[in-house]
Amino acid sequence: MQKIVKAIIFFIFLFILSVFFIGLNRDTNYNTVNQIKKEIPDFKVSYLNKENFFAKKDLRKNNFTLINFWASWCAPCRIEHPVLIRLSDEKNIKIVGVNFKDKKKQAEKFLDELGNPYDVSTKDPNGKQSVLFGIYGIPESILINKELIVIKKFVGPLSANDFDYIKEIIK
Amino acid sequence: MNIKYLLIIMLVVSQSVFSAEKQIDPKEIQKNLRCLVCQGQSISDSNSDFAQTIKMVVDDLISEGLTEEEIYSFMSDKYGEWIVFKPQLNIQNSLLWIFPYMALILGGFFITKLFNKRNKLTK
Repeated sequence: MQKIVKAIIFFIFLFILSVFFIGLNRDTNYNTVNQIKKEIPDFKVSYLNKENFFAKKDLRKNNFTLINFWASWCAPCRIEHPVLIRLSDEKNIKIVGVNFKDKKKQAEKFLDELGNPYDVSTKDPNGKQSVLFGIYGIPESILINKELIVIKKFVGPLSANDFDYIKEIIK
Repeated sequence: MNIKYLLIIMLVVSQSVFSAEKQIDPKEIQKNLRCLVCQGQSISDSNSDFAQTIKMVVDDLISEGLTEEEIYSFMSDKYGEWIVFKPQLNIQNSLLWIFPYMALILGGFFITKLFNKRNKLTK
């Protein structure tokens, strides 16, 4: 009987230890693992300057697409903007801008001031469509291929290294 | 005759109870979703921009007819399992779900053994 008690106590101790071990080693930060190598969701956003809608099917004609979520009120978006301008010179990729929870006038002013790198400018005024892409803050960008599979998701402003990475992928 | 009426009343009451059970309370779902941009707050507790958007999406998903579990699954798919407070039943979390039941069974077994031993000693 004493042996059983000892074994039970040992297993309880082992269980508590393993719970702490797994819990403390668990990555509690938001990560993009769930999104990679998956097809992008169905979405429908309206154009920034038109009444029509832009949807998933419209991306099929591009070899590579970078979907960039941005806003005029977002300071890091200004930091990444030169990278997007450089990327817009690349022929094998199209950039789709999704203006996130922004005012149209402010968004246009931002693009007039810093340049427009987007092949397609769209808007998501209430942020609901962005949830479909797992966006929780901006800027965020999603690189997809012709099959609409997510190659990489960039959380935060795009850097020079990200530019090199994208250039390598699309060449 | 009275029994007939009683049965009808019971039927109506039970139907209203079951239909009430089917309705999903968005607040309950929001309480079980973590605000990713806040410090330990749920979507329900937070007024952040992110929480406001998630609240709207939860309402939309409910009106689309998704069940509570389907909504958690949708959110986990978009933001990872971390967004749901209640751990989901999968291989990784299986021990967490099974352990309380194992502890209950083992505890019961242990107490029964102890009582049997004590009974034998008193006899």
